Order: sequence, then structure tokens, then C-alpha cells
Amino acid sequence: MTEKVLMKGNEAFAEAAIRGGCRFYFGYPITPQSEIPEYMSRELAKRGGTFVQAESELAAVNMAYGCAAAGGNVFISSSSPGIALMQEGMSFLCSAEVPVVVLNVSRGGPGVGGIQPGQADYFQATRGGGNGDYHIPVFAPLGIQEAVDLIYEAPQIADRYRNPVMVLVDGMMGQMMEPLRLPEARPFVATEEIAAYKPWSLTGKAAKGGKRRVVKSLLLKPEQLEEHVEQLFEKYALAEKELVRFETIGLEKADVVFVAFGTISRLVAESIELLAAEGIRAGMIRPISLWPFPYAAFEQIDYTTTKAVISAELSMGQMIGDVKMGVNGRLPVQLIHRTGGIVPTSLEIVEKTKAILQGVK
Amino acid sequence: MATHKLFIAGSGGQGILLMGQILTYGAMHEDLEASFLPSYGPEMRGGTANCTVVVSDKPISCPLIYEADALVAMNLPSMLRFEPLLKRGGKLFLNTTLIEERPKRSDIEVIDVAANQIAMELGNAKAANIVMLGALIRETGVLQPKSIEYVLENKVFHGKKASLLPLNLQAFHAWQR
Amino acid sequence: MKPVFTYTKGMRDVDTSYCPGCTHGVAHRLIMETLEEMGKLGDVIGVTPIGCSIVAHEFMDIDMCESAHGRAPAVAAGIRRAQPDKVVFTYQGDGDLASIGMGEIVHAAARGEKFTTFFINNGIYGMTGGQLAPTTLIGQKATTAVDGRTREQFGMPIRMCELLSTLDGAIYVERVALNSPAHIRKAKQAVRTALELQEKRLGFTFIEFLSTCPTNWGLTPPEALKWVEEKMIPYYPLGNFRKPEEV
Repeated sequence: MTEKVLMKGNEAFAEAAIRGGCRFYFGYPITPQSEIPEYMSRELAKRGGTFVQAESELAAVNMAYGCAAAGGNVFISSSSPGIALMQEGMSFLCSAEVPVVVLNVSRGGPGVGGIQPGQADYFQATRGGGNGDYHIPVFAPLGIQEAVDLIYEAPQIADRYRNPVMVLVDGMMGQMMEPLRLPEARPFVATEEIAAYKPWSLTGKAAKGGKRRVVKSLLLKPEQLEEHVEQLFEKYALAEKELVRFETIGLEKADVVFVAFGTISRLVAESIELLAAEGIRAGMIRPISLWPFPYAAFEQIDYTTTKAVISAELSMGQMIGDVKMGVNGRLPVQLIHRTGGIVPTSLEIVEKTKAILQGVK
Repeated sequence: MATHKLFIAGSGGQGILLMGQILTYGAMHEDLEASFLPSYGPEMRGGTANCTVVVSDKPISCPLIYEADALVAMNLPSMLRFEPLLKRGGKLFLNTTLIEERPKRSDIEVIDVAANQIAMELGNAKAANIVMLGALIRETGVLQPKSIEYVLENKVFHGKKASLLPLNLQAFHAWQR
Repeated sequence: MKPVFTYTKGMRDVDTSYCPGCTHGVAHRLIMETLEEMGKLGDVIGVTPIGCSIVAHEFMDIDMCESAHGRAPAVAAGIRRAQPDKVVFTYQGDGDLASIGMGEIVHAAARGEKFTTFFINNGIYGMTGGQLAPTTLIGQKATTAVDGRTREQFGMPIRMCELLSTLDGAIYVERVALNSPAHIRKAKQAVRTALELQEKRLGFTFIEFLSTCPTNWGLTPPEALKWVEEKMIPYYPLGNFRKPEEV
């Protein structure tokens, strides 16, 4: 195991991407993630990779698409409004089945919004802002170490599914420092190894023994498009089996169960301890994969003791619909939330939880 | 050991973020859990700087704090703005060289540290943050002084900056109650 | 007996989807023929646009990548990074390149991206059915300008060669026309020069082809060729706008 180091979140994410084998980075500055393009500009060239500062996020995602279509292992990052601009590319990447790793260091919205921690990009991430029938696996870590581990793993998932994979963090995680262990670096795939490593990629006919390859998403005949989308969804069905990740805390005999991901899940953990001190047993389901959403985790709730499920979010309540699908009418589902970049205190969560429990008795 | 929540505030150029990082490295040196959260965004262009450091012997639930066990105010605006953040009975470290006013609250413990003056007497006003760090460590006991000494020597004042180490070690031990 | 004319190996043996009298086919052939002559058909990656030529990969027998509307230069920039040894080109129409993709083409030229852009300028949106393009001439009719383009409502048509030749990253910028055998021969020479310069990795190379769209212009193919000569060339003068000293 490597030694513990102290790094700013954004720099640790960039380093994790490089160590995960991402050799190409295309980006555009936007707070609170500008340390990532800065780090990439310093580090990638030294280590045999390539950094390009694109003229916009729109260009960046399309550069990523071209580079990955030509077999490059690509990492891109931005923050909420920049990710919105990238949605055109997300749709194309999914249809053309081109793997890319995307990091959203999210902020509050809508519009320009603010740069403090927010989770109002849940719909954007899990429902897709791009056009058409597609899904993107989305992983939401609760801290820098988990983010580093997921970013490191993401290229393998992207390559296996030939689909973009998103890691969703927030500005606070990007800016803060926590001691962490970096994984061992995987070697970059050299240019001359690409044709063998990704036989579907664009490497020129000569490199593939005279067979040409077209990376495309245009299918004008409805029957062909339907068949193509159905094939994509066979892949997504497999992802729904393989990629579901979550953590549970204290579900057994719980009075109340929280569902929370990312930054707010850390506050909820603190609230659970405070509630325990007052004799209230609270548990938590922490989704790590937001798509596929861990609906199965809701079967672990003790429906004989639990009186309510609370979706705790840093948005106006975007995940709560998924929580209700998981609960499936078995219990009342309530929302505790703040938005705009405000993170509730653990005490605030405790007080609101007690009020909710009063109401459902 | 309990969880210590520390908040450090001042103006840009006072080495505020460095103080936070030194504390975080110090915690790592003692195999403790730690988190460091600097202020970010437009605020950092406005000349103010602050950061939150949490040190604990168990995983840290949240790097954000709403109640500080200790608050370091390196200039007057920081004291005025962040005084309410301190918990009842918490420790307020005042850089009295730059802050002549007294805090309003009476339910806190105030520790006067003439950080700039002490640093100037040692020959470098820039070491005011390290003087303050010495006071913070001594009065809170959050970390052992030798851990900070280790960080100063191995993470901060090494390589090209090694010549600054003796003065800063002196600064670290300079403040007396 | 010696054949005087054959298919180029770079083109697939299929019917194109282009209208009678459209010069896309000529442009396709010039590019593929030149790549064949250079022995590069196995080592080239092309990027298609949105527009009539989105399906160019059905006709060009090489590795190709579709792109979103206007983004071909960004896609090609990405391909160039992963495949530094290949010939890389984009093939784009006027709506794609000079309207929605203006940002991408200008920045590709400014960065001196080491690929070639083949720009088909027929002054109209073809695939979507004859709407006004940034290159539609003053007075020219379009379905979104039924009385013809006016300066007051739409501004003036954009001359891409003149614009891009102001950028130092663009090392070769040439405008050619596909309306006569003599012009087509010159166009072929320009394609060759651009691809050879790309092989030297000196910077961005750009060729604008003045092309026809008889269907949306409402003209017969011969009338369309004449229209290029009489209307387009006076506003879009042919010739070289930028080249390295050695050419």
C-alpha cells in the first residue's frame, strides 16, 4: 500500500485519473475545479500524456469523443454549467459507444448558481441532459479517498461497457484536503498498442489488417435505430446488475432510515449518533452508484420497526423520487434538504427528523 | 482524544492556509484523522482567507463546522466576523498586534498573542503565523509540539527554504502565556 | 489496353445519396483519389459533419467518425492526439462550419491543429431543406429568407478563407471551385498540397470548395455550375490566402 499523502481534492482527483491510465485530458477552466486542468497541464506532459485547453466545454467533450474514438484513454472534468454544455457529447458518446471518464465537481444552480457544495445536478447526472435513450453510470463518493478510488476504477468500467462513466463530487470535496492513499499507477496504453487493445477504435485500416471502422450514431431507419438502442439497453441491464453500489448503517430495528449520498451523508452519519444519544435508532442507506440506483438496498429496511424514510439532499429533492420507488409505498418518505450551497448542520437534521417522527406516530 | 474543530481566519498573505495545512500534516504525523477546508471562490480574491481544520482519532464525519472549539483571528475583520462561530467556553486566539478591540462575548476564553510583534522581535514579521501556531498548540493540546516541529522541518522549511527553519522553530516556541 | 479511368479505391462501390448535379461527389473523389495516390488510404481518419455529407462514411472507404453539428474540428483535434501518425481530416458544410461550428473551426486554426479541413460552401443548408446559411449571398433566396438575403436582416455572408487566413496557426488556406474541369484540376492540386503540408505537421490546412446545390437553389445542374461562376466567385474570390514559403 502506498504512503498517506495530503493533497487538495481536485489535485488528488487528477492524479487518480492519471494513475488510472487516463492519458488524455481536454478541459476548460471553471471554479471550483480549475485546479484539475492546472494539474493536468503540469503533470500529463511529464508522464507521456497530453493536455489540451479547449475553447469551451463543448469543444472539450467533442475532443474527448474524437480522442477516445481513436482509442485514447480520456478523462474530462468540469462543474455543473460546464457539464450542461457537455451533454451533447454525452449523448453521442453513449450512442457511438465510446468510453470516457467524466468528473463533475458540482455547484449549486440553476444558472451560474454558486460554488458552494450542492447536489442539484442529480437529475442532470442520472436522467441525462442529452437527447435520446441512454444511461451513464454515475458514482457519488462521500470524500476524497473514495473519489480517488472510484476515479481510478472508472476507466475500467468505461472500457468494459464502452460508455461514459461519471463521478459526481462537489466543490467542497474539490477544495478540501484529507490524508489519502493514492493507488499504484497503471501504465498508459502506448499509441502503437491501441489497435490491439481497442480493436473497435479508429486507428486507420492498415493497423487493423485492412478492416475499416466507422464510429457513428446516425441510424435513419427506425428498425435499425430501435435495434441499436435495444442493444445499448442490454448493456445497461447488465450494468444494473454489476454496478449497483451502496453502504448501509444501522438498518436493523431502526426507527427511521435516511437515504443520503456524498457530502450530506457525512452530516447524516453525525446526526445518527446524536439521535442515538436521545434514544432514537436511525439508520442510513448511502447510495454510491446513483445510476444504477440501489433500489435493492430498500429491501434491507426493517419495515416492522421503521416509521419513516428520509431523503436527505443538498437540492430541492431530486433523489426523493428514486427513494420512493425503492420504498414502494411501504412507508412515508420525507425530505430534509438545504440548497443553494448551504449544508445543514447535524443538529438541524436531528431536529427536523424528530419533527418528522412526531408527525408519523 | 475528542474531535477538535479549529477555525483560522485572517487576510491573504498572513499564511492562514499554511497554518491549516501544517496542522493537518501534524495530525497525519500522529496517525490521526484530519481534514482541511480552505475558503474558496470569489472570497479568496477579496483578500480574506480562512480555513477549517478538523482533527480526530476517528473518521471525520464532516469537514464543515458550525461550532469551533478554537478560533484564531489574525486580524480585526476576522474576529468581528467569526466570533459567533466559537462554541461556549471555546478558545479565541487574538493577534493583539493587529487587533486592539476586545471581543464582545464573555462566555469564551480569550488568549492574547502579539504574533506580529513577537515575530518582528525575532527578525521576521512573516513568522507571525508560526508564533500563533505555537500558542494554539500549547493552549489546546490538539497535537504534540514535536509533530509540528517535524512538519516545519520536513514539509515546509526544507530544500530552498531550509534556511528559514531555525527562525521558525524559534517562532513556534516564542509565545509564553 | 490501358484503362484511362477507373474507380478510386478510396470510394466504396455504392450509390451516393447526393442529388443530381451536387458537387459533393466530386469533392469526395478528389480527396480519396489524392489519398490513394499518396498511399494513405490505410492510414487516414476522417470526420464527417452534420449535413448532407453526414453519411460520407458510406462512400469513403476509410476509418471515419461522425460528429455533432459543428464539432468536427474538436473531434479531429482529439483524434490527432490519440493517433499522431495518421492523416486526419474533417469534411464540413457551410452551416456546420461557419455557423454552429464557428468556435471550433476558429480555435482549431488558431491552435494550428495538424489536420486538414475540407469546407464545402454552397451557400445554403442542404439537408434541412434550403435555409439561409452564413454564406448565403445577398439577394439569394432561402426558405428562411424567401425574398432573398438582405444585409439589414441577416448581415453579410462570411468569407471563411479570408477570416481564417488572419490566424497564424493556419499555414495553408485556399479557395477552389468545383464548377469546371479547369477549376476541378486546380482543386485537386490544392487537396494534394494541403495533405502534403499536413504530413509535415506545420499547422492547420484549409480548403474551401465553392460547390453547388441545384435542388435548394432551384436550378438545373448546368445552371448551378454557371451560378457558381457568375455569383459566387465574384464574392468568394478563388486562390490562395496563405501558404508556407516553400509552396
